[in-house]
Amino acid sequence: MSSPHSAIVGMGRATYLRLLVFFLAPAAIVYTVFSIYPLLATIFNSLYLYHSETKSYDYVGLGNFTTLLTDTTWSVPFWNAFRNNLVFFAIHMSVQNPIGLALAAMLSLPRLRLRATYRTLIFMPTMLSVVIIGFVWQLILSPLWGIAKLFLQTFGLGFLFAPWLGQEGSALITISLISVWQFVGIPMILIYTALLAIPEELIDAATVDGLNQFQAFVWVKLPLILPTIGLVSILTFVNNFNAFDLIYAMKGALAGPNFSADIMGTLFYRTFFGNQLQLGNASMGSTIATMMFIIILIGVMTYLFVIQRRMQRYSF
Amino acid sequence: MLKTGLKTMLLAAVAMTAIAGAASAGKLTIESWRNDDATIWKEKIIPAFMAKYPDIQVEFNPTAPKEYNAALNARLEGGTAGDIITCRPFDASLELFNKGHLAPLNDLPSMANFSDVAKSAWTTDDGKTTFCVPMGSVIHGFIYNKDIFKELGLSEPKTEEEFLATLDKIKANGKYVPLVLGTNDQWEAATMGFQNIGPNYWKGEAGRKALIDGTAKFTDAPYVDTFKALAKWAPYMGDGYKAQTYPDSQNLFGLGKGAIYAAGSWDISTFRGQNVPMGAFKAPPPAGAKDCYISDHTDIGIGMNAKTPNAADAKVFLDWIGSEEFANIFANALPGFFPLSSAKVTISDDVAQSFVSWRGQCKSTIRNSYQILSRGTPNLENELWNVSAQVLNGTMTPDAAAAQLEDGLKKWYKPHQK
Repeated sequence: MSSPHSAIVGMGRATYLRLLVFFLAPAAIVYTVFSIYPLLATIFNSLYLYHSETKSYDYVGLGNFTTLLTDTTWSVPFWNAFRNNLVFFAIHMSVQNPIGLALAAMLSLPRLRLRATYRTLIFMPTMLSVVIIGFVWQLILSPLWGIAKLFLQTFGLGFLFAPWLGQEGSALITISLISVWQFVGIPMILIYTALLAIPEELIDAATVDGLNQFQAFVWVKLPLILPTIGLVSILTFVNNFNAFDLIYAMKGALAGPNFSADIMGTLFYRTFFGNQLQLGNASMGSTIATMMFIIILIGVMTYLFVIQRRMQRYSF
Repeated sequence: MLKTGLKTMLLAAVAMTAIAGAASAGKLTIESWRNDDATIWKEKIIPAFMAKYPDIQVEFNPTAPKEYNAALNARLEGGTAGDIITCRPFDASLELFNKGHLAPLNDLPSMANFSDVAKSAWTTDDGKTTFCVPMGSVIHGFIYNKDIFKELGLSEPKTEEEFLATLDKIKANGKYVPLVLGTNDQWEAATMGFQNIGPNYWKGEAGRKALIDGTAKFTDAPYVDTFKALAKWAPYMGDGYKAQTYPDSQNLFGLGKGAIYAAGSWDISTFRGQNVPMGAFKAPPPAGAKDCYISDHTDIGIGMNAKTPNAADAKVFLDWIGSEEFANIFANALPGFFPLSSAKVTISDDVAQSFVSWRGQCKSTIRNSYQILSRGTPNLENELWNVSAQVLNGTMTPDAAAAQLEDGLKKWYKPHQK
């Protein structure tokens, strides 16, 4: 193969290869050590079972997966966590992303003042640590010291207040909405940048054709940013099914009451690392982690093959 | 997200390696979950030891309680853990010993200062090897605000009936939260609720051992009755107790807004810091009970990393932990943690003194889920947190709670399968 690069920069083939390795190696090494190796090790772990009598790890094939999906001791918590994860995801998709879209649309209005201020303020919570977010919201919603109760009482709506974080029916929804509040900046900023990339001429043409701001958004801008909305959706999916920290920070590893806020991340943590008197179980923990990986893989694949391929792209 | 969490842990592990590496030159590092006591270790306990043994450097290096077990396991597996390991009671430490992470300590001279009961939490099932020096126990009971009791003309309740009557009076007055306890974090419901009042129902050690050998079941009257007694507390707990966290409870009582606090003796030092005028009474026994029982739980021990390069120094330190001198410093520096050694100890804190005085009036027992019964899946302790919180929340009946515990135990524990 005659290499065009040597003609351009006057560099020998050996030098070129060395340079290639030099630039690729850091990313390749970090990615292999911190992502590929742990992933493979986890899958490998999930095929073994620890026997405390013999103190040895025995190969059991897919035995751990059978246990996880068929033994009620494991399957009930697993499907409960899966179901809660779906609710967690559904709330993000139906609340976080539409709000993100609406905020981005408003930010890109031509006559908006203080644009940068709004953008920064809305994006701020995303940069805070979840521990702080969890603590602050727990205080806001606290039935003892929280301002949520006083706020509702001011409008004569005090009867609406309940200890939302402590009730089986509302704990997960409350935490999901807190997470929405924290991360709404991400879809906003991604969609906002996509909106900025749309040429002014298209909007001008639409205006000449008699469309108002709202119609121009729905009929011209929205189709153009659909690929970005698709990207936002898949990011939300992956992040939600990997979520753990906010729920752990607010409800602990048992994610109560009665495991009503337990998602796969907390179930994995409790199983792998243990809790109070429960000892960590590396085999079953890895099995749950592998299941999470498979679920995310199926979700992402479905998106790539079913949705993204049919998406139309426009270039200007 | 999860990945970031794991990465942070890895980074932390790397950082710990660096610290451990720097500290290994003749210096003993103590692993502990008692980050609340860091100042006491640094200002009182370690200086007292170093006054006697100036050649041995000691450093107290605590981890947050929630992360301790997981972080310690990771450090021991990775060979970066400190020389001295603070021991959780029962299975968590037994597992560490079985994996060869903790050294046997039978030959330590000061081991003679401890009774078999004190050592039981850190001894192998066959009773032959002890691997941690027993350090302290915690006692359950109720702490009350003396000023509020005086204002409302109340006295310490002696029976369950009087206890409920007292709560009624505080509730009728309306100014204070009668019983300070929240269910958000779940463990208080099990630990300060179920394990606090339960020993009076299941007759302490007798009931605890009966559960282990399978002659008693959770569906038996004593356990169901404990849940029934617990269910009666709900109307007296603070507004929105379902979302009340443990720190919320501590603040509520610490700020003088609550009258009675379902306590572990370790709370004493927290409330001393807030200058609460307090007294204590023991779990009130139900009507017709002849004897009383208290939860006097072996909670904290201290052992040696089997792979420490400073084994000789570490043993000198551990032997001193077993001494009378340490018992006295420990009991007075940390009111609410009671030394397990048979050395004579005088406690200056009056509330801590009244907790420890119950040892003379009642029979002591430890929490019934700690020995052997939490070895399987589903984990009994986790189940206990869950159902106790639900009984207090009113979302589960006492019978259903007992049935769920027994069903869970039956799944893996042979003595309960008969």
